[in-house]
Formats: sequence, structure tokens, C-alpha cells
Amino acid sequence: MNKDKQITKKSFVDQVWNSLSSVTFAIIIFTLISITSIVGTVLEQQAEPQKNLMLLKRLFGDSAAPIIFKVLDTLGFTDMYHSWWFITLLFLFAANIVICSLDRLPRIIKSIKEKPSFLKDEHLNLLPISREIFLAETYDRCLSNVQEALKKAGFKVFLFSHEDRDQIFAEKGRYSRLGVYITHLSILLILFGAVVGIYFGFNAYLNLLEGTQSSVAYKMNEEEIPLGFEIRCDDFDVVFYENSDTPKAFTSLITIIEDGKEVIKKTLSVNEPLKYKGITFYQSSYGFAPSMESLFKLKVASKNGKVEELALKFGESFMIPESNIKGVISDFSPALAIDKRGRLFTYAESMNNPAVFIEFFDNNKPLYSQWILRRYPETWKVPYGTIEFQDLWKSQYTGLQVRKDPGVWIVYLGCLFMSIGLYIAFFKNHLRIYVNLRPENKGTKIILKATTNKFRNAFEQKIDKILNSLK
Amino acid sequence: MDSSFFFGISTIAYFLAMIIYIAYLAFKNKIIGQSATFMTLVGFSSQTIAFGLRWKEFNDLMQMGLLRAIPLTNLYESLVFFIWCIILTYLIIEFKYKNRTFGAFVTPIAGIILAFIDISGMSKDIHPLIPALQSNWLLAHVTMSFIAYATFAISFATALMYLILTTEERKSKSYLFWTITVGIFSVILIYMVIDLIVFKVLPSGKESFVKKYLFKATFRNESTFIVIVSYVISLFLVFVVWRYGYLLKKIIQSFSITEGILDELTYKNIAIGFPVFTLGGLIFGAIWADQAWGRYWSWDPKETWSLITWFVYAFYLHARFLRGWRGKKIAIVAVIGFFSTIFTYLGVNLLLSGLHAYGGI
Repeated sequence: MNKDKQITKKSFVDQVWNSLSSVTFAIIIFTLISITSIVGTVLEQQAEPQKNLMLLKRLFGDSAAPIIFKVLDTLGFTDMYHSWWFITLLFLFAANIVICSLDRLPRIIKSIKEKPSFLKDEHLNLLPISREIFLAETYDRCLSNVQEALKKAGFKVFLFSHEDRDQIFAEKGRYSRLGVYITHLSILLILFGAVVGIYFGFNAYLNLLEGTQSSVAYKMNEEEIPLGFEIRCDDFDVVFYENSDTPKAFTSLITIIEDGKEVIKKTLSVNEPLKYKGITFYQSSYGFAPSMESLFKLKVASKNGKVEELALKFGESFMIPESNIKGVISDFSPALAIDKRGRLFTYAESMNNPAVFIEFFDNNKPLYSQWILRRYPETWKVPYGTIEFQDLWKSQYTGLQVRKDPGVWIVYLGCLFMSIGLYIAFFKNHLRIYVNLRPENKGTKIILKATTNKFRNAFEQKIDKILNSLK
Repeated sequence: MDSSFFFGISTIAYFLAMIIYIAYLAFKNKIIGQSATFMTLVGFSSQTIAFGLRWKEFNDLMQMGLLRAIPLTNLYESLVFFIWCIILTYLIIEFKYKNRTFGAFVTPIAGIILAFIDISGMSKDIHPLIPALQSNWLLAHVTMSFIAYATFAISFATALMYLILTTEERKSKSYLFWTITVGIFSVILIYMVIDLIVFKVLPSGKESFVKKYLFKATFRNESTFIVIVSYVISLFLVFVVWRYGYLLKKIIQSFSITEGILDELTYKNIAIGFPVFTLGGLIFGAIWADQAWGRYWSWDPKETWSLITWFVYAFYLHARFLRGWRGKKIAIVAVIGFFSTIFTYLGVNLLLSGLHAYGGI
């Protein structure tokens, strides 16, 4: 009774094992991951429902869209890469790789470890590549010459003696058979690294207004994550290409403060992140959020060249050095442009071309007014000197991506393994050559049999070259 | 002389090469064949010069170091580079296999794409690089991706030719598959030409062509009647290809290409393209994304589609090696692989958005 149970149990495990290790199963998983992923690329992920609803309305019409959306949403397609079934698919994919490899690897390892030995004629004749040449040299000379030539071509050479016959065996690239398994292992490493990253790391963001600091970052669901130190944005700046609205670079001047001390001060930009205590900060976006606290940084110079640097709030006034002229900041545009009729208008909501409007007074008597554009020095000149508009500070925030991922090195290691594995699997081959020699009237006949698992033509050319060198 | 001058020469040379290759097929004359190769080489060299010049122009404008100034930052530049890769791959094949017949297929593709770029009014300007693209990874990631795309394109052509050559019966599934494939490709091409004529040659707008006008004259027309007619006509065109497909077979039969060579070429191109795509497209892309955005993988549409493409070709390799699939079955997988490649390259940028959206027009 007990025995019977055990047998059925075992065969059940075997069945599961067999089906998990089958190529058909791999193909089903490939296909399922691909097809579901396609849906995931069409539907916007983690988006507001309205966006996808609009998309579905365009595709399926107004009446069907809400139902389809409901179904897809319930099935998790609106955040599918994090849904339980997609993650299950990825795990099945990993299981398939593990089991397939475990199924085949022992045989491969055995064949790699196997000591080469004499091959009998009936096996020899099965090998696909075959050559025969005659050399007018003694048997012994030929025996050593052939070995020498094969060694010179980079082969590992063995000599077997069997029933008074000599057989030369030459081999190269035995380990290339492992390439496929290195590649499979690398996929597992990458998946493992990703899991480590998900469980022991986090992905968050942080918007920091110039001049402010924070000790936490925020996850997508607004959950706070303590950093363990403080991060401050001292300044944010966008540099544009000349006469264009294409940003050339955006940079944040960041200070890390730990236990009240400034530890690091660094300029952050896209492609140049900052790493501190396992947490990496990436420059990912920026935004414009002016307030009455924002400060206009002006560099005012009199006609004689006396310079004063000022930081003023909106509506505040200043005096031009060595004069009685008062300037008042009375208007601002983040992106000022002039239309065809010469009228001024604001063309963007970010600081693409910031400009400040200054009215000048002499004893409260309006004198003159002018727009000063930060990017155009020719607008800095006013009748009473020059006013350089340096920055509207505390008006922009820097958007930082904050990440801790202890698994990333495993992923990188996996990538390295994958490169090596693929290189071996696709560009390296296992070459085997058997040479039998037979004395024949005043010379020696050389009978060569060979096989390879790849690139047969190139291998045959190589063999011919080696044989020609013997002549 | 600037880069556009040499691009012009290469366009003309590819068109001339196409005509000479077709003449070579008709007359099988050795001298004609050699001059076809020569003309392709002229086109290829002048395109190489043009690429180098544009690189220099870009570098002069950007002043950010030569490595970062590779002109591969928008659709125009990438299409041109794609052609360059295809022609290079073709020249290698011609040299190795001593067979010129593919030339008659490859040079028209180059000519059509270059002409399409010309009439579509795609922006050819040198655009300054946005910050995310200012990285040394651009060079490695993009060039390797396109080398892979080119090998996949060639494997598609050879797999399709294989299918055309080997299917006997009009009712067989593989015959249906290839005729529908060829039919859809012709419909897309013809309808794009109609778009060009309606919106570009006639009253033209300056907005980007593809996004705004693609299929606007046909499938996406405002009039429901035209939409229905378009679908009916496209079905009819597919039917015509199905009905007279054997003519294509006869043409290919008249070349001296064997099924064996086609199958081998399909495999070899994928065997080169797959590792290059994995390393340059997926791995380098992931490393770059990790450095720029702090995420090596974020399931954005471009990444996901690259993965799908990768899966299809992985499927091809496993089916071939473990299952011993050969012939029609495996050729169909290669064709599907290229559909996925095309969607990864163009479809995602044109139809879906994502972090790679700046690769637009």
C-alpha cells in the first residue's frame, strides 16, 4: 500500500519535472510572456484610469471601452509587470531554465571531463569530415610532424597506442559546449538580482525646491522612505543650446548633510548620478514653482562700474549705485517671446527664457521701464547702467530619482556572464581530429577524421591548411 | 562639399545599382554583374563618407567630444544608418557566397528607404542632443542595435525567399503565410505612396509626415466610405498576391539560389544578430538606463518590445537546435522575428510612447 503510493508520487513529480523541462513548456512561457507584454505596452502602465479609458474608446468604441477596461483592470493589466500572474510567468521561465539545464548539464559535464581515448574504426568512420594524404616520409617522422603541426595550430594533442597501432587525437574548444549553460545561468542571475533589488531596495522620487532640504524620499504611492541623512538642493539650472529651447544640460547643485555636517557637495546632471551610502540620486526632471518667496538675483552696475549683487522678492525695489534712480521689480515671465506684431507673450511654463520687468523711478516719478532677459546680455543695458538678471532663485525644483538597489551588481554580473556565454555559444566551437597513420610503399598514408559542432566549412579549410603544411 | 552631397550620390548610386542588378538577373552577363557590385560599392563608400562628415558636422556643433557626437539621434539618421548596415551585410554575403542575386532585392530596399526619407520631409537637420542622450553609451548601444536590425532584416528576406521557393500548394499554410505577409507589405507600401501623393505632393503641410498623415488617405480617412474601400482594396491586393504568388516563385527559381543557401543565410544572420542584439541592444541599453534614469529595466514599451524580439529569436535558436526544426517552420519563425524587430524599431516610436520617445521624427 505504502509502496504503491510512493511510486505514484514519484511519477507525479517526474511528470511535473518532465513537463517543466520540456521545450514545449519553454515555448509556451516565451509566448505567454510576449503576448501579455504586448498588451502591457499598449495600455499605459500605472497610469490614471482616464488615460487608458480614452485609448480603449478609440480602439473599441464608447460602449465597449468601460467593460474592457474593467476586465483588463481586474486582471491586473493596468499594472501588469507587477501583477502576481506575470511574476509567476517569470518564475516559471526561471524554473524552466533551471530544470532544462539540470537535465542536460550532467551529460555535458561528463563529456567534458571524459578523458579522450582511442577511437575504433567503426566509430571513426561515422565522423563527417574525412581526408587522406600520402607523405613520402618515414612513419616515425610523420608521427611527430603531424603532432607538431596540430600543436602549432593550437590543438591539444594526445597519442594513443592500441593493438600496435598509433592514433593521434587533437582537440580544441572542449569547454565551448558550456556556453549555452553560462548564458542560461546569466538569465537566472539577472532575475535573482532583480528580486534582490525589489526586496532589499526601493525606487522613489524626490522633488526639491531650490534652497530646501529633505531627509525622506517618496515612493510612487507617496509612502515616505527615510534616507538616513539630509539632502539639500542649493541651486538648479537649465542650460539651453544657443537660440533654442532644447536643453543642453540640467544640473542640480546638491549637498548631503549628515549629523549636521556637510559631507558632500556635488553637481548632479543627467547621466551623472550621485551615490551616497548605497542610495543613488539621479537627475530625472525639473519643474517651475515660483512663489512670493522666490528671489530675483540681480547684479546691478552703475555707469562708473560700481557693482552690487542683490536678491529681491517680487515687487521689492532697489537703488542703482551712485544714483537716485530706484528700480522696482514689477513683472516676470518664465519664457518671454515677441510675436510678429512686436507684442510680448509668455510661450512656455518653464524657465526657458526668463525675463524680469523693471520700472525705474526718480523720486517716485516714473521714468522708464524695460524687460531684462536672462539669456540675452544685449537686454541688460539700461540708461542708468547695466542690470544682469542672474537667476530667479527658489523658483525651480529639481526632480530626483532616488534608488537603492543592492541587487544591481548581481544583474551586472549576469550581464557579463551573458556576454561571455553568448560569445562562447555562438562564436566558439568544439573541434576534434583523429589521425591514423599507416606505412605504405616508401612512405606513410595519413588518414584524418574530424568533427565539429559548428562552422564546418571554416574547420575543413583549417584542416586542409594543416595537411598542406605537412607536404 | 557637405554630408548631404554625398548622401545624394549614394541615393543615386543605390538606384542605379538596383537597375543594373535587375539587368544582371535578366542577362546573366558577368560584366553587368561586376558593374552592379561596383555601383553598390560607390554608393556605400559615399554613404560612409557622408556619415563621417555628418559626424564631424555634429561634433563641430556640439563640442562634446567625438564619441558622443555620433549622428544617430533621430529617425532620419537611424534609417540612413540602417541602410548602411544592410548594404554592408549584403556586400559581405556577396563576397563570401559569390552570388549577386540578392543584390536585386537589397538595393531596392535601400533606394526606397532613401527616397521615402526624401519625399516624406523627415527632418534632416542636425538637432542638438538632449541631456539624456549625452552619453558614451549612445555609440555602443545604437550602432550595435542597428547592426542587429540589419542582420535580422536580411534573415527576413532570405527566410521569405525560402518560403516562396519551397511551398508547392496554394492551399498549404506556409503559402498562405508568405502570400499574406508579402500582400500586407505591399499594401502598406502602396498606401504610404498614396499618403505621399495626397498630402505631400498635393497641398502639403510641414508637420511631421508619418505621425500626422500615415494612412490618413486610406485606413484613417475621415470618410467611413474611403476607410471601407481601403480595407476592401487591401484584401483584394492580398488576394492577388495569393492568386499569382507562383510567379514570384518562378522569378526566384530563375536565380541560382538553392534552398540550402537560403536556410543557411537565415540562420547565420540570426546567429550573428542575436548575440549582438543581446549585448548592444539589451545589456548596453540596460546599463545606460541604469546610469541615466536609475533603472536598468523599467518595462517601457521599447524595452518590452526588444525583449519580445529577443524571445522570438531565442525561440528560433532553441527550436532549431533542440527540436531540430528546419525548413518552412523555422523560416516562418524568422519572418515573425523581423515583424517584431520592425515594431521595436519603428512601431514603438510611431504608435506607442515611452522613455525612447525622443527617437521620433
